[in-house]
Amino acid sequence: MSNTGMLKSSLAKKYFMALTGLFLCLFLVGHLLGNLQLFVGGEEGRLAFNNYAKFMTSNPLIKVMSYITYASILFHVIDGFVLTIQNKKARPVKYVVEKGNRNSSWGSRNMALLGTILLVFISTHMMNFWWKMHFGDMPIYKGVKDLHTITTNFFNPNENVMAGGAMALYVFAMISMSIHLSHGFQSAFQSLGISHPKYSPTIKMIGTAFSILIPAAFASIPVFLYITQA
Amino acid sequence: MLESRIPEGPLAEKWSKHKDSINLVNPANKRLIDIIVVGTGLAGSSAAASLAEMGYNVKSLCFQDSPRRAHSIAAQGGINAAKNYQNDGDSVYRLFYDTVKGGDYRSREANVHRLAEVSVNIIDQCVAQGVPFAREYGGLLDNRSFGGVLVSRTFYAKGQTGQQLLLGAYSALSRQISKGKVEMLNRHEMMDVVKIDGKARGIIARNLITGEIERHGAHAVVLCTGGYGNAFYLSTNAMGSNVSAAWKAHKKGSFFANTSFTQIHPTCIPVSGNYQSKLTLMSESLRNDGRIWVPKNKEDVIAIREGKKRPTDLQEEERDYYLERRYPAFGNLVPRDVASRAAKERCDEGYGVNKTGQAVYLDFASAFVRYGKTEALVSGVKNPSEEKVIELGRKVVKSKYGNLFDMYKQITAENPYETPMMIYPAVHYTMGGLWVDYNLMTTVPGLFAAGEANFSDHGANRLGASALMQGLADGYFVLPYTIGDYLSHDIRTGKIPTDGIEFDAAEKKVKSDISGLINNDGDVPVDDFHRRLGLIMWNKCGMSRNEQGLKEAIQEIQELRKEFYLRVSIPGVSNDFNPELEKALRVADFIELGEAMCVDALDRRESCGGHFREESQTEDGEALRDDENYKFVSAWEYTGSPSEAKLHKEDLVYDNIELKQRSYK
Amino acid sequence: MNITLKVWRQKGPNSLGSMETHQMTDVSGDMSFLEMMDVLNGNLIRAGKTPFAFDHDCREGICGSCSMFINGEAHGPGRNVTTCQLHMRSFKDGETIHVEPWRSSAFPIIKDLTVDRSAFDRVMQAGGYVSVNTSGETQDANAIPIPKHDADEAFSSATCIGCGACVATCKNSSAMLFVSAKVSQLSLLPQGKPERKERVIRMVDQMDLEGFGNCTNTGACEVECPKGISITNIARMNREFLSSSLTSK
Repeated sequence: MSNTGMLKSSLAKKYFMALTGLFLCLFLVGHLLGNLQLFVGGEEGRLAFNNYAKFMTSNPLIKVMSYITYASILFHVIDGFVLTIQNKKARPVKYVVEKGNRNSSWGSRNMALLGTILLVFISTHMMNFWWKMHFGDMPIYKGVKDLHTITTNFFNPNENVMAGGAMALYVFAMISMSIHLSHGFQSAFQSLGISHPKYSPTIKMIGTAFSILIPAAFASIPVFLYITQA
Repeated sequence: MLESRIPEGPLAEKWSKHKDSINLVNPANKRLIDIIVVGTGLAGSSAAASLAEMGYNVKSLCFQDSPRRAHSIAAQGGINAAKNYQNDGDSVYRLFYDTVKGGDYRSREANVHRLAEVSVNIIDQCVAQGVPFAREYGGLLDNRSFGGVLVSRTFYAKGQTGQQLLLGAYSALSRQISKGKVEMLNRHEMMDVVKIDGKARGIIARNLITGEIERHGAHAVVLCTGGYGNAFYLSTNAMGSNVSAAWKAHKKGSFFANTSFTQIHPTCIPVSGNYQSKLTLMSESLRNDGRIWVPKNKEDVIAIREGKKRPTDLQEEERDYYLERRYPAFGNLVPRDVASRAAKERCDEGYGVNKTGQAVYLDFASAFVRYGKTEALVSGVKNPSEEKVIELGRKVVKSKYGNLFDMYKQITAENPYETPMMIYPAVHYTMGGLWVDYNLMTTVPGLFAAGEANFSDHGANRLGASALMQGLADGYFVLPYTIGDYLSHDIRTGKIPTDGIEFDAAEKKVKSDISGLINNDGDVPVDDFHRRLGLIMWNKCGMSRNEQGLKEAIQEIQELRKEFYLRVSIPGVSNDFNPELEKALRVADFIELGEAMCVDALDRRESCGGHFREESQTEDGEALRDDENYKFVSAWEYTGSPSEAKLHKEDLVYDNIELKQRSYK
Repeated sequence: MNITLKVWRQKGPNSLGSMETHQMTDVSGDMSFLEMMDVLNGNLIRAGKTPFAFDHDCREGICGSCSMFINGEAHGPGRNVTTCQLHMRSFKDGETIHVEPWRSSAFPIIKDLTVDRSAFDRVMQAGGYVSVNTSGETQDANAIPIPKHDADEAFSSATCIGCGACVATCKNSSAMLFVSAKVSQLSLLPQGKPERKERVIRMVDQMDLEGFGNCTNTGACEVECPKGISITNIARMNREFLSSSLTSK
């Protein structure tokens, strides 16, 4: 075993970053599938979405998964923070002229910045919905908490004066997430040592598709709600 | 006076018998013995690693920032070994014979045979260390052929064989450093050898970062400090390659042998301007596939120089493939000295093809066609067009020499796939060096020299891919054994103290030399002197030499030396990182060495190998050896100045090889 | 052509440095970058000023000594070249060229453009070798056939010249490309296999101790590497380290 210990080595930090990152990618898919129900209009959509929300907060298996998700976010953030501090320390004097764009993508060089934007976004997002759902004063519709109304009203300019701003914030956050994912997805595989001339191009392709489609689908929901209710 | 200690007995048994009979040091006593190894090229790294493995305490020095950067790293082509993997009739004897013949019968039979014997171990050793030699599809090692021989015995790793071998030796050295058996001193330069009671007992070194002068005591000192081609300023050597350690040893009593024997490599990129700081070699392996030519007619030469014609415009019958014309048997694969002189001859006659008139073509057009045809057959392309054939051929050539072609393009901004390369000979290697006996010990007891720093194995001309072989042979397999013969008498000596009068005196001398230079109120940078020395050497002690030129050169160098001490300007202080001071100290020694080279060249009124005296040539301009009068090694003893050096002759005895006039026709 | 040079001047490891401006006239396009620096130093000495200290040796792109960060890139704008192989024809007349040393806390500056890269040596000493004695009494070189593909791949990893451009260029000063190239070479060859687990762990530990940053897979290193060493080596090392950490005793 390593002297500094598997947990402390720089490579281990990367493994954790990769594993938590990939898990969060899975979470994104689950979360998106649920949210897509918001496209379904009327009574049917409202009931389905509220039941889904109830299921997500009460099913024990989902509970376990959600705790893993919280832990992953926390770990991803702390690990990322530690890595960033170490990386800054590794070059105490900066270059006078540095042309990073000649050799690497902007996103790959700014994962910490993008991550911080996402962290801020996740905090506000959870305050607005998750906190209300768990601890807030929720309206009840047909026996279940009416998250559907909370959500649709949030992006309804007639109900919420801030709806336009909220929509803009969500779109901006999803663009940040897209850039974050465009590097992070394939980078996770590289960190875990999964690289081969035969399948690495496929991983990169999936990564690119994932980083465009998932954030775009997420962003489309507030945009749809805003436009259809305006 | 000169005791070469060549063992008795039949040639093929000398080395094994010697190994069996030399004194050994028992393992417990090895721990009591300190050895200093200067230099970390192939010889130095391998010697330091091997000695440490055997149990000695080793201190290793290099002037570079890491032992991995020694100039062995730049060797391109390959390393010879008598493995006979190709089943083309190679053997230890044939490698021995080729090397002695290639060296124009001016090397020691016994040393060369030992070299050929251990050559096979080198390959085994390197493969075991993880050196990634080129392999065939079956997974076995690949070979290629080199100049001056008729078999394929050269092992290689693309055009970076020296790098791979040095990194192998560096890894062995690193392993010993991690075990604490080698103390590695990077960025340290040896300034002098310290002798106590006539024996080498340590060195004075300068820490190049702090400028501090340090004392290091040891029971033996091994110099693996490489060659001194930089006496010519422009050479394929690294900028830092220097003669200082060897020269200091010479001044302390080590004889310098065959000082003027210099190898001028035929395939280098020509000089482009007066700011030029070094010349770049194009591996000799290129001559396997490239054909060398100049135009037959002077009009074409002029048209090409003026840019009115391109080389590709010339038809076959308008080209003079002068090597193929003069040497039909070996053609483009004649030894280096022959190829270089032939290029000089054509350029001196006015056939040089670039604006300086000092370049010939190295053309791959016919190789493209030849390989392209085979490739078309192999890959099943039916009735390929001429363009298709050339395209396929270029691919094959790229896979063989891609990195060299890229390097050429990078330096000259010309694409060698489209137009022939231009090449010209350049100083590459020095066969001369410190005189050593069979045990690789110089005339100072306890002071050893290995690798290019000694004179022993290549005679008057080195064959391609033999330098790497010799460096590793000396370091891995010869010196670690032979040094025991000397050290076995030292087991009761105890630690060498460094506070005696000998160390005091040596340190004082070094310090006064340094302060003399740094406090000199001059106005001329060191490089100017170096460049001027180089020009004198190249013009008068280069590819061809004559009595008058050499006498002039000696005088010019003596004047240059006076001017150097009067006018050299060195900025900064001595107790600091000061590259200009390092250069000045080296150039001071080069100037003295340059004179010594001319003295040696003047004394040897015969042509042999790379040493071509115009007074001694055949009717058709080939080198003419004089075995009756010059079948000896010139070993020079320093007596106060290079011109007053005393000549000692070591007669060369050939019991196993019949001396012949070398012919590659 | 004429150019304006802005070169980093720093007296010693603990001094503060700054950029110093010099005008260069009549620069030939056929000069190498270092030859241009030689001319500058010659001019400085003649004018009674201090020349710039920089590392250089072979000047043919193989020793790995030269190490300049030119116009925001390690070894300048060229690809697959070291500073010594970069020629002035890569620049335009009238251009301003910034020259800086490698910057990394693991590579402390000695003076001006010269840095201390001995951290690389210590990483190699931690395990960058095969533990075989130099007796010459190993088995025959052809006793173990090695598939050409493996040998070629090991060779391309082994072409690393240890110049440190990867560290200099990485925004995190990570040494992963350097370390992984050696780990790859030796893990690809049968001779290196017996020690592969211990080797990767020891080398990574030493790398971390030296204060290099962490790899964030930007890929900048492989773009700027003068020998074109691929980041697939890094992936291989990640794999080797993971499996070694989980299975070694």
